[in-house]
Amino acid sequence: MIEMLVHLLVIAGLIASALLVYWFRDLLAATLSAGIFSFLISLEFYILQAPDVAISQAAIGAGLTTAIFIVAIRATNRYEGGGS
Amino acid sequence: MRMSKLVRTGADLLYPFALIFGLYIILHGHLTPGGGFQGGAVVATGAAIVIVAWAYEDVAGMIRKVTMKAQESAGLLLFIGTAALALGLGYAFFTNVLANSGSLFGLSVPFGPNPGELNTAGVIPIMNIAVGIEVWGGLTVILLYLLSGLKKEEGS
Repeated sequence: MIEMLVHLLVIAGLIASALLVYWFRDLLAATLSAGIFSFLISLEFYILQAPDVAISQAAIGAGLTTAIFIVAIRATNRYEGGGS
Repeated sequence: MRMSKLVRTGADLLYPFALIFGLYIILHGHLTPGGGFQGGAVVATGAAIVIVAWAYEDVAGMIRKVTMKAQESAGLLLFIGTAALALGLGYAFFTNVLANSGSLFGLSVPFGPNPGELNTAGVIPIMNIAVGIEVWGGLTVILLYLLSGLKKEEGS
């Protein structure tokens, strides 16, 4: 029962953060939202008893990909639509 | 161009902990979840935090491209050298010659439920260390090249 509840919470968080990535016009906020998505999916991997995959996902998805996106945003505009 | 003081101080504080946690995952690769790739990725994430928070000129003295490239090559050479060591001793390629030998990483696995003996498993920890330093160097050099290209674009 409690496991089902945790699953539902994590999946709701996944859907919410994925929708927020689409919703934000501030690209830095969208990047952080994608990082939260990666962190939640690594939590889901851990709950499903795959700690190996969870460590990979947390390091690559939540850490390195977010860092690469932030470096890319530094080189271009922070807000969607250009102009700035 | 660097980030605010809050971000920079946080990155400096987090860096040693990420480093030690990644090295722990690499060294305990044959006992606990994770291994060379996962530990190397965690260490590279620690380096990525510092790289993102500071400007390239500040980071270039501490995390150097040449060191990271040498580290990547050294990891690959250590991996293939360990595999070829068995070939030189008259066994098949990738044979675990060090297991149960009593020398480096050569103890037998204890019987029954136990917390895990670090000094076991033969060449597997050595290959974990090789993959770990290779992934560390490779993933860090990607970010360093990204950031150095950024500096050039802003300068022109």
